[in-house]
Amino acid sequence: MTPSIIEIQPTRDDARIARLAASAIVLSVAEAAIPLPLPGVKPGLANIVILIVLLRWGWRDAIWVALLRVFAGSLLLGQFFAPGFFLALAGSVTSLTVLGLAMHLPRRWFGPVSLSIFAAFAHIGGQLVVARLWLVPHDGVFYLVPVFALAATVFGLVNGLVAAKLLRDIWPEHETGSRRV
Amino acid sequence: MPASSRVLPWLELLRPGDVLTLLLALAFCVLSVVTLWRGGAPDKVVIRAGGQVFAELGLSRAQQIEVPGPLGLTLIEVEPGRARVASDPGPRQYCVRQGWLTRSGATAICAPNEVSLSLAGGASDYDTLHY
Repeated sequence: MTPSIIEIQPTRDDARIARLAASAIVLSVAEAAIPLPLPGVKPGLANIVILIVLLRWGWRDAIWVALLRVFAGSLLLGQFFAPGFFLALAGSVTSLTVLGLAMHLPRRWFGPVSLSIFAAFAHIGGQLVVARLWLVPHDGVFYLVPVFALAATVFGLVNGLVAAKLLRDIWPEHETGSRRV
Repeated sequence: MPASSRVLPWLELLRPGDVLTLLLALAFCVLSVVTLWRGGAPDKVVIRAGGQVFAELGLSRAQQIEVPGPLGLTLIEVEPGRARVASDPGPRQYCVRQGWLTRSGATAICAPNEVSLSLAGGASDYDTLHY
């Protein structure tokens, strides 16, 4: 019997996506250690990485990193296929969709902060729809919308600013960063 | 200017559209508080006749409904956000004179004709025990 060796050659793209996904996963695991008053209200630090990937390498890579983050992050936290996993997945898919549309806004006017706020709102939107349809089939979940919306605004702004700063500092020559000072 | 030099680098990262997005997000927050945390906003009307639920209507569109009772027809009028007993064959007209009901849990009872009108839904000011 000839020994068969299956060798998968990772491309440079694969390595880069894996590296970026790893940093997103680290952020979501670290974030899980922060005590928060309400389930669902999270800073979403991993979204900083997603934003940077989106603006630097495009939507396809952002999808890869975001979904790898959701799957691997939930495996690490023991959340895989728990309700929280589906909420995270729904939020991720919605915000990726919105980001895919919002990234075509004129860059001169709309920077990472806009994208971050849009993504944060899409995140809570997607999660709320899944929560309403499946987990809490009652309109009572919408009572929490103002809390989630405020969290999305604040964390969207902060994450967007951090992403904008990192983009400018790491790739000052690249157009996706903030305008040059 | 040591204080502003710490804030300014962050403000430079904002573009004009970002400010607009931020304002929109804040407006959404305020709007959601105003619409969702309005205490006691009812969303449906429950009409009872002879002790049985006669009809449950949404409180979003205007309509009139006639409810038969032992004395005759009680006319109930629904408008967006409020409802009243428009006319009643009863002798004392208490339920008619109660006027428009706007709060969740508010009830108008036309006892002679065995018809009652109450608003439900939202965060009720009164619960079953209070009534």
